Amino acid sequence: MSDVYILGVDMIKFGRFPEKTVPQIGAQAALMALDDAGLTIKDMEALYCGNLGQASAMVGQRILQEIGQTGIGVVNCSNACATGATAFREAWMSIKAGVHDVVLAVGVEQMGKGLLGGGGGGAGIPKEGLLGSGTMPAVFAEAGMEHARKYGTTFEQFAKVSVKNHHHSTLNPKAMYQIETPLETVMNAEMISYPNTKLMCSVNVDGSAAAVLVSEKKARELGMSRAVKVRASVLTSDPYSERDLVMPDVNAVTRKAAAKAYEMAGVGPEDVDLVELHDCFATAEILHYENLGLCGDGEAGRMIDDGEVELGGRVPVNVSGGLLSKGHPLGATGIANIYEVSTHLRREADKRQVEGARIGMTHVIGLGSACGIHILESVA
Amino acid sequence: MSEEQAVSGPLPVVNWLKGANTDDPFIEGHKCGECGAVFLGERSTCSACSARDKISTVRLSTKGKLYSYCIVHRSFPGIEVPYISAIVDLEGGGTIKGNLINIEPDPEKIEFDMPVEVVFQDALGRKDKDGNNYLSYFFQPAA
Repeated sequence: MSDVYILGVDMIKFGRFPEKTVPQIGAQAALMALDDAGLTIKDMEALYCGNLGQASAMVGQRILQEIGQTGIGVVNCSNACATGATAFREAWMSIKAGVHDVVLAVGVEQMGKGLLGGGGGGAGIPKEGLLGSGTMPAVFAEAGMEHARKYGTTFEQFAKVSVKNHHHSTLNPKAMYQIETPLETVMNAEMISYPNTKLMCSVNVDGSAAAVLVSEKKARELGMSRAVKVRASVLTSDPYSERDLVMPDVNAVTRKAAAKAYEMAGVGPEDVDLVELHDCFATAEILHYENLGLCGDGEAGRMIDDGEVELGGRVPVNVSGGLLSKGHPLGATGIANIYEVSTHLRREADKRQVEGARIGMTHVIGLGSACGIHILESVA
Repeated sequence: MSEEQAVSGPLPVVNWLKGANTDDPFIEGHKCGECGAVFLGERSTCSACSARDKISTVRLSTKGKLYSYCIVHRSFPGIEVPYISAIVDLEGGGTIKGNLINIEPDPEKIEFDMPVEVVFQDALGRKDKDGNNYLSYFFQPAA
């Protein structure tokens, strides 16, 4: 099986674009990634498109209607917040399978403002606020409190995640926000679901990201100088756990994916130079330090206290600003993370460059649940 | 529709709350005879061990312990806040989620593993479009 390389990858600056259509937003990143690869849509053999909001509306084909109807096969996929990573992985698999040599993966989302989740009730009466809360800030607050019950993790430690990621975003011109948020500001912001304040919730934004993936043969033909090697691509669903009918388990699904990814890449957590992980809420990031093996169980609180996950620390996490400040356009997030890590591996991350980065990891969670992990390696 | 057309007695808030219009309501679980996993709602195959046709109904306990929680300060319009969204492990198996009431929504007052009991009450006055009342369940600190 051929190794797979990323030859072009880019994202638009995340923001709010109500005047644009979903395909228009997706087309922007698609063209940017093609330009980055020095290719055109006419060179692409297939398109893998990830989008949630219009999952049944042929977004991939409509992107081609914006940038070039070449007649290639299009796969549209949706997998909650793992949608972008799933589209990327389908593209990767088509090259692994030997079916294609050059393909395009696009993730795109146009979001409204406000709370996600908790809407559905089925028959009868609304259950929100009656049988607890199904809103996303509440669900991830409960997951964080499970960590607190095990290890004594504090509100302040969760809040520090947000301070860090907002700081990182001041160095990323493509992030939605570039605003420092000191600890008091984060902790005193409007409480949404304790222990998540408003500044500890990811930002709903519109955005898109895209990548051109190629086979090794094609990479050698086109030039490897900026290529990024995909060392592992893994997707898992949630294994059964005792409470998952009322409490989605984002831990087991991540641990399972991480173990497979390290095995596939032939590396361990100690080899990883930077991580973009799924900080949909500040509480979630803490869990994933341990789930991804960046520290031992029960050490995540200490890890944030000691600054090990800051830019310049032992293993910088979410130097893009993360979902908390870069923003979280659901279907685009999984490819935007790949853009971020690739940019560091290409030594093109400017002020936020993780020095000497050779191996990086991306991680997303789609509640329900799906976990997508990619391990990428610098070739240059 | 008018109130007159509503059915007599409250309806259950979820289909695994049984006996809503009796004086002995309870939460029904579905337990796997092979591995012991407890589910809410009918099923014939166990998602924990994949055993088929080993599921039987079981009446879940009204006694349990607080496993995790959060305090909801912002919800959808019309929903009263703050309230405690709680996840409770029931004695003898089964985990359910609901509002924890009769305790201050303050993290200083709430302890993990605190004993709680399941109580059955009207669903905060919520009615469906036909005017039916609903019976819900809540948690409160055990007496």
